[in-house]
Amino acid sequence: MHIPDGFLDLPTAATTGALAVTGVGAALWQAKRSLPQRKVPLLGVTAAFVFAAQMLNFPVAAGTSGHLVGGVLAAVLLGPAPAVIVMTCVLVLQCFLFQDGGASALGANIFNMGIIGVIAGYVVYAATRRLAGGLHGVLLGAAFAGWCSTVLAAICCAGELALSGRVKWSLALPAMGGVHMLIGLGEGIITALVLAAVAKARPELLETTAETPNTGQVVTLGLIAALGLAVFVSPFASEWPDGLEKVAGKLGFEHFATDKPLLPAPMTDYGIAGVEGAWVTPLAGIIGTLAAFALAWLLARMLTPKKAA
Amino acid sequence: MRHDFLDRYSRQDSPVHRLSAEAKLVCVLAVIVLTVAAPLSALPYFAGLACVLATVALAAKIPMGYLGMRLLWMEPFVLGVGLLTLFQPGGWTIFTGIVVKSTLSLVTMVLLANTTPFAEILRVMKRARMPGLLVTTLALMYRYLFVLVDEAERMQRARLCRTFERRRWIGWKTLATVAGQLFVRSTERAERIYAAMLARGWK
Repeated sequence: MHIPDGFLDLPTAATTGALAVTGVGAALWQAKRSLPQRKVPLLGVTAAFVFAAQMLNFPVAAGTSGHLVGGVLAAVLLGPAPAVIVMTCVLVLQCFLFQDGGASALGANIFNMGIIGVIAGYVVYAATRRLAGGLHGVLLGAAFAGWCSTVLAAICCAGELALSGRVKWSLALPAMGGVHMLIGLGEGIITALVLAAVAKARPELLETTAETPNTGQVVTLGLIAALGLAVFVSPFASEWPDGLEKVAGKLGFEHFATDKPLLPAPMTDYGIAGVEGAWVTPLAGIIGTLAAFALAWLLARMLTPKKAA
Repeated sequence: MRHDFLDRYSRQDSPVHRLSAEAKLVCVLAVIVLTVAAPLSALPYFAGLACVLATVALAAKIPMGYLGMRLLWMEPFVLGVGLLTLFQPGGWTIFTGIVVKSTLSLVTMVLLANTTPFAEILRVMKRARMPGLLVTTLALMYRYLFVLVDEAERMQRARLCRTFERRRWIGWKTLATVAGQLFVRSTERAERIYAAMLARGWK
């Protein structure tokens, strides 16, 4: 989901950059106030850990493999503000050392994966945790949050691509959203598995950091995440089908447009056969979310030892 | 583990390496902003930039083969997202533009990484008054990155020697245990680092 250079136009890159600076600034301010001195090295080492954990390849099928992104994992282990800082550092280093994600898109990548992914993931985690107690609640919340955070970050990414006039929103949303609904399953499963392993080896690491978050903080963070999402999604709510045609007209390359696409689209919309109308995409989204939640619940049940449940 | 697969040539000596990190960073950012902002029809600009980049690579004594390998490594990501643009009217124009722009930016960033040690970039950040907590975290991360990657590889090797289970689910569980254990060791390491930092007068 790392956006390379050239995929965002300058206004979008500048907007996301400003949002990322604000978000990371707020996280730094929050961390400075509440993070004890002795935890400072923990941030750097956890960032290195996330980076190293991303190198462990989980075999998926037919020679492909997936790896952890780690935003929700960091948020559960350290709390939201430190997790934002950790993920920001991971993304900065990936940009400068690996050239993974472009320099002009660094703001967008930090915003999607480091801020929306972490904050929205943490809010989902905190809300879901209330449904079940103990380790079961932690694993359920983390697995579901891992999925939600991946999908939400992908939706943000789709919004940015569409705002830049590179890919139509009606194409970007189903493609990015659909693919990441699958990738998110892996993220959710790995996050829960790693947390279960940590809980087995050093349960006190989870007890201290994963205590129930207070409601006010969660509601505030939820509002922030919703606002952030709205920035990139709401421009399309009024004109669902097309942002690009307008842009194409403005830039003057609309005469290139033909009625027939050059290649047939792999999925015309991610609709369900026989169901028509504007509510197909949201419906598919809702069904996907419910399925992911059910999976998270099953997984958490499987991973919780009987006596701890 | 070989530590230098990312920025193998960053510690060489050449006119480009001797330039100050600030100058290089500013130049790179300017080039990338210009490239991103350039209209798709600005062919002379793209061609010119390609020539300049090739000259810099030659002057910095960075082998073309290595540059090509790095590009091949990263290009799938560009093409993957780029493919999306093809499924719409006028797709080819956008696609070509995006691929040219991102490839040029990619070469620019590879050259930066291979002519400027990351520690220098950190120093620039510090001088630019970036928040201390962020720079400290980045510096510690860069310092312990290779230690932890090494540790992860060691643990994975140990696991491969001992488990013979071929079932995927078990594989996932053991890999996750490796990751969890890695986190536990990381926190212990962080505690030791903090003690060492205090012992050396850090505040």
